[in-house]
Amino acid sequence: MTATSMAPVPLATPLAPEVPRRRSARIGRAGPTTYLIALVLIAVCIGPVVYIILGGFRTNAQITADPAGFPGPWEIGNYIEVLKSSIFWRQVGNSVICASFTAIGVVVLGVMASYVLARYEFAGRGAMYSLFAAGLMFPITVAITPLYIMIRGLGLTNSLAGVILPQIAFGLPTTIIILVPFLRAIPKELEEAAAMDGASRLGFFFRMVVQLSIPGVVTTGILAFIASWNSYLLPLFILNNESSYTLPLGVQSFASQYSVDTARVLAFTSLSMIPAVVFFLIFQRRIVGGLTGAVKG
Amino acid sequence: MTTTVPQASLSGTGARVAPAPAGRRRGKGPDWRKRLEIALLTGPAILVFLAFVILPVLMAAYYGFFKWKGFGPPKNFVGLDNYKIILQDSAFHDALLHNGFIVVLSLLIQGPIAVVVALLLNQKMAGRGLIRVLIFVPYVVSEVIVGTGWSLMLQTTGAVNAVLAKVGLPGADWLSDPKVALWSLIMIITWKYIGFAVILFLAGLQSIPEELFEAAAIDGATYWQTQRRITLPLLGPTLRIWAFLSIIGALQLFDLVYIIWGQYVASTAGTSTMATYMVSNGRNAGNYGFGNAVAVVLFLISLVIALVYQRFVLRRDTEGALTERKK
Repeated sequence: MTATSMAPVPLATPLAPEVPRRRSARIGRAGPTTYLIALVLIAVCIGPVVYIILGGFRTNAQITADPAGFPGPWEIGNYIEVLKSSIFWRQVGNSVICASFTAIGVVVLGVMASYVLARYEFAGRGAMYSLFAAGLMFPITVAITPLYIMIRGLGLTNSLAGVILPQIAFGLPTTIIILVPFLRAIPKELEEAAAMDGASRLGFFFRMVVQLSIPGVVTTGILAFIASWNSYLLPLFILNNESSYTLPLGVQSFASQYSVDTARVLAFTSLSMIPAVVFFLIFQRRIVGGLTGAVKG
Repeated sequence: MTTTVPQASLSGTGARVAPAPAGRRRGKGPDWRKRLEIALLTGPAILVFLAFVILPVLMAAYYGFFKWKGFGPPKNFVGLDNYKIILQDSAFHDALLHNGFIVVLSLLIQGPIAVVVALLLNQKMAGRGLIRVLIFVPYVVSEVIVGTGWSLMLQTTGAVNAVLAKVGLPGADWLSDPKVALWSLIMIITWKYIGFAVILFLAGLQSIPEELFEAAAIDGATYWQTQRRITLPLLGPTLRIWAFLSIIGALQLFDLVYIIWGQYVASTAGTSTMATYMVSNGRNAGNYGFGNAVAVVLFLISLVIALVYQRFVLRRDTEGALTERKK
């Protein structure tokens, strides 16, 4: 939207460089204070995470002697032991399955619905959008008790499908809210050109929209993946059998089972956060970009 | 598809000549076809959404009228008894109070800090991208990991007290002292969610047109004048959306409390929330009728707050969000 509205202002561009850089008020230059504050902030944000990772490289004796110290000597036994255990890998597998299918489901259903909401004119469009947007107001907490009864009725307790289906449903509001403005920004001229070339509206959807919307789709897909990877409440209700646990449940049961073996708990915990953090680091630009779109929309 | 070619191209050109009535833009194509496409594309999403989001809420409203252990169809209709018990239960009052406390403090602590941080990070500086990513990391790490990590660090013999001792400050019983525990929770919540606010505000800042800042600079406005007169007012919509998400999230808080304090300790440490009350008195106690009634109460409280907020605060932002047309 912004791109098209800014295009017909050609005068602004040649003038802009004339304004002396140091007077540009939006981009003040960061002074030493800013860097100091930024450093403190980073230390506060990253400190606990680093503590968890480093703690896994220590022994319990080290942790007891000095809870806030550094590893000395470094001890990799905790990590190796966790990596050798089959329980850990089974939980990784379960989490991967849950998160992947959730992300795919959310994206496929979300793109289709958002396309209609963004580009079709029909009675009830506003109502449909509001229906999905209303979902934002109600995180899974409100629905969890009856949802459990329903999943049990469907015979899906202890099965990953019982987690995936509700997660897709609860992922739809965010996805649609991010994707609708995104799809609406695809220029009408493109659609008209496609129509002139003989593409039906559905043909336009499959040939053009799906490809043009890939940045938005990646954003929403990653968000859904991370949300599913981290989700706790739904698996807590649905998965009661240890072999069907996803990682968050695994971390918790591991932490209570080995509560005296702090170092091993820390190792298990840090290994379980790797995929979500790595995914985020790879796609952080897109995630931030997607949020920008949602805010503007 | 091939048969519709002439029609489609005709209507395409037609639309450019007379773009007036919105519904008839592609006009000529038979109406049922458009309806079929709409049904085909939105059907699956609507179906899944209704089945797993809307239906459970309705089910909760139904089951909430029964005393029911969760097996077989509910038969023991008790009317509003469950609701009477909830509203008279001092444990629920405590939980409600804690939720309210968390809502208010989340807004008061995270909001101002995040605005200042976003303004600072919106300047030209080395490593800006890296800083943003690092600030967002706590938000990406799961509640279970945050809960496990912090509960280890906040033990009386944990890292936090050890660090405080090194600096010469007194430690505290962060997790079980009822006077301190709720503040510990607030601290953890702030740590976990402030990155989200910062990223959101940064995104909002970037959508403010550059021309405004240039105009202000030409008029000789100082940096802070510009922020106060231009940036903050234009950041309004973003702030209001963030506040909305923050309020709803705080009302439904469950994971962190349940993981750190467990279902029993939460009430004695003074950190229970409506959601932990719901789970420990509903499913964990085997009283599904009662649990559903708590869900309904939680739902209604969230709904009323959301509607009031949308009516009085968000109205000007969402107005025209969908109806707006390109000029």
